[in-house]
Amino acid sequence: MNQNLTFFLWDCLQYLINGIAQGSLYALVALGYTMVYGIIRLVNFAHGEFLMIGAMCGFYALKFSLPMGAAILVAMLSSGIIAVVVERIVYRPIRASGRIPALITAIGTSLFFQYFGQLTFGADPKTIPPFIAEKIFNLGEVNVSNVQIAIFGITFFVLIFLWWLTHFTKVGKAMRATSFNLAAAELMGIDTNKIISFTFFLGAAIAGLGGMLMGYTMSIEPMMGMNLGTKAFVAAVVGGIGIIPGAALGGFIIGIAENLVAGLYKSSFRDGVSFFILIIILLVKPSGILGKNIKEKV
Amino acid sequence: MNEKILELKNINIHYGDGAIHAVKNISLEIYKGEIITLLGSNGAGKTTTLHTISGLLKPTSGEILFNNEPIHHLPAHKITAQGLAQSPEGRQVFANMTILENLEMGAYLRADLNEIKADYEFVFSLFPKLKERENQLAQTLSGGEQQMLAIARAYMAKPTLLLLDEPSLGIAPILVSSIFKAIKEINRRGMTILLVEQNAYLALKISTRAYVLTNGEITLKGPAHELMNNSDIKKAYLGQ
Repeated sequence: MNQNLTFFLWDCLQYLINGIAQGSLYALVALGYTMVYGIIRLVNFAHGEFLMIGAMCGFYALKFSLPMGAAILVAMLSSGIIAVVVERIVYRPIRASGRIPALITAIGTSLFFQYFGQLTFGADPKTIPPFIAEKIFNLGEVNVSNVQIAIFGITFFVLIFLWWLTHFTKVGKAMRATSFNLAAAELMGIDTNKIISFTFFLGAAIAGLGGMLMGYTMSIEPMMGMNLGTKAFVAAVVGGIGIIPGAALGGFIIGIAENLVAGLYKSSFRDGVSFFILIIILLVKPSGILGKNIKEKV
Repeated sequence: MNEKILELKNINIHYGDGAIHAVKNISLEIYKGEIITLLGSNGAGKTTTLHTISGLLKPTSGEILFNNEPIHHLPAHKITAQGLAQSPEGRQVFANMTILENLEMGAYLRADLNEIKADYEFVFSLFPKLKERENQLAQTLSGGEQQMLAIARAYMAKPTLLLLDEPSLGIAPILVSSIFKAIKEINRRGMTILLVEQNAYLALKISTRAYVLTNGEITLKGPAHELMNNSDIKKAYLGQ
């Protein structure tokens, strides 16, 4: 009995480690969701597709025998550029039309890129090798791979970078000002359109990075953005949409919960658990874990 | 008189896809060094006019000339770049940022670091409360202090024309007088000011000239001291 409990705890620890690695990837994708929402209150459902396009471009970069570092750069740039283009020609013209038209447009954009991806890259899954040669360390009864550690480290670094950007650089402070009050930011002389473009670029580039790191657990295909994007969206909402640390927290929660449920209960429940958490959060604290309940000012 | 800094020529502004005619054919001029007050009750079109000058709204017809150049087609941030800054109605400070960061945003377009430093000192001398709390978030300030911050922030752009939208709105009377003192001091240092106010007495006292806006139309204009003695103004705004 005692021995069973020990095994159970070791198992839990293993799922926790896997969950943190998985959650780091969700966090990277959720960051872009939350940054774009923070700045123009748009739930950009095409965010997962920006990631997919980045990962595809990274895949072809590897195929043309570019080194992994360069391929990651290609992925980040292509995700970022496609996001800037989509914002400019799709989202900007309808920005003043209200939130529902913007939401529907985002869903349409997402569908467009899913089928555009199938036409361009083919529907077959492609594999990206792990970005570093995998080494597994045995710590007692649990295994930790250097890839998992690196993914966590990279995510941590990205978070520090974003914190530094938004608190110590002019463009980052302008992002905070724009997200708080766009009209007031314009009055300061801030070209808010440029700041919005930059935010789209940054969010999508981080997602593109996530897409390349995912090679260690999953293959890439044109429809990948749907599942991944939805989960990252859930992560962003759970943590408090619009709040950067919230996206990371939500990502970790979803990643850990999925692995615990899949490992301890049924793996078919893996995809369900994130929505279960979402429903609970929406019932208990709709603004998300780190979100503030905003009172409407009169 | 001095040179003309701002001129509105036959400005019309509509709201809600043209359904509401908020500002009707108004014209006004501001000369260098003046303090101009735009008086009017709630809904007269004062804020609409200011937003149109600063580029947040576009006029349906008419012309706005700033230093004799048309600006009404420009986006707001480009108008700020030309030297026209606004402290908006309801303050609208960046509550999620510190006082210093708010001032930094005011100076967003400037690169003259030494001058910026001197201007920080000046706005802190105008409003010492802000200096004491420079690293606190703006949301921790009282309404009056936020108003001071909004004015200081607009000043940090070092504009040639400063628009102030209702600086006395919802503020304790003791702070109102210090805010008006600060406005006068800013003007004394050479900045031209367009003041939108409901508090007619204080506004007219520091102004050179004034315009009265009623239901979107300019119904009265003239030197401030004359308007102060005008019987209509006395009745409508001074409670006499």
